[in-house]
Amino acid sequence: MISLAQLLTLSGALFSLAVAGIFLNRKNVILLLMCVELLLLAANFNFIAFSRYLGDINGQVFVFFILTVAAAESAIGLAILVVLFRERRSINVEDLNTLKG
Amino acid sequence: MLIQALFYLFATILVLAALGVITARNPVYSALALVVCFVTSAAIWLLIEAEFLAVVLVLVYVGAVMVLFLFVVMMLDINLAELRQGFTRFAWLGWLTALAVIIEIAGVVWARGGLGLDASRGGTPQPAAYSNTAELGGVLYTKYAYPLELAALVLLVAIVAAITLTMRRRTGFKQQDISAQVAVRREDRVRLVKMPAEKRP
Repeated sequence: MISLAQLLTLSGALFSLAVAGIFLNRKNVILLLMCVELLLLAANFNFIAFSRYLGDINGQVFVFFILTVAAAESAIGLAILVVLFRERRSINVEDLNTLKG
Repeated sequence: MLIQALFYLFATILVLAALGVITARNPVYSALALVVCFVTSAAIWLLIEAEFLAVVLVLVYVGAVMVLFLFVVMMLDINLAELRQGFTRFAWLGWLTALAVIIEIAGVVWARGGLGLDASRGGTPQPAAYSNTAELGGVLYTKYAYPLELAALVLLVAIVAAITLTMRRRTGFKQQDISAQVAVRREDRVRLVKMPAEKRP
């Protein structure tokens, strides 16, 4: 039987790798989006682990909704990315300085 | 014992693939490593008896979202060398943060009574006749009926937004303006002129 601690450690490892990926690939918008997907996957791992541990199906329903929203998010994110590339011929985060943020 | 061995196998693959996602030189390889991540995650979810979500993860993520990612990566002509510049500049900070996160989480999880519950125990195994899909559907269409419809609405908005964002209006491109054609009136097109009749030669 896979214990709760094993699953939580795995999801923690996945989460920390995704955070490291955001630091490493901070210029490439596509890789930033992929790292966000990894973060959401780690969160889903926690939801499912606790849902199974507590015998409560509601956690899995939440994973279902997270998957839905994450799919919508990546679709819109990639659409914005395509428009951005068409305007600027670049997806470098450092070139996105119009707002002087 | 077999389940434990499979879990460690899939966990190793998952962590290695996640490493591949964040360190690959080419975004295409990153996307492919992410596909491996999702497939192995689905396998682990199968091991802990969340079958429906495992299938959904493969169908939605590997089948739709990652294909979308691959299409976008291949469509854009990106200058990789420029994006890789300074890759190692903040790498130490990234690895340090990752190390801190994993040590903190492992510390809380593995400490005795750290979570306030017995984390060394797993979920109770389901009986053979148990259907994960049926149970999930049972709450999804009753208790969560309105959130389900809202999720459908979110997807609809995402479709509309993605299409309107990427639709291109080219100049110098001749096309019919249907609403102008329909809205035309007789006075716009027909002009009656009165003129004297010509004399017969």
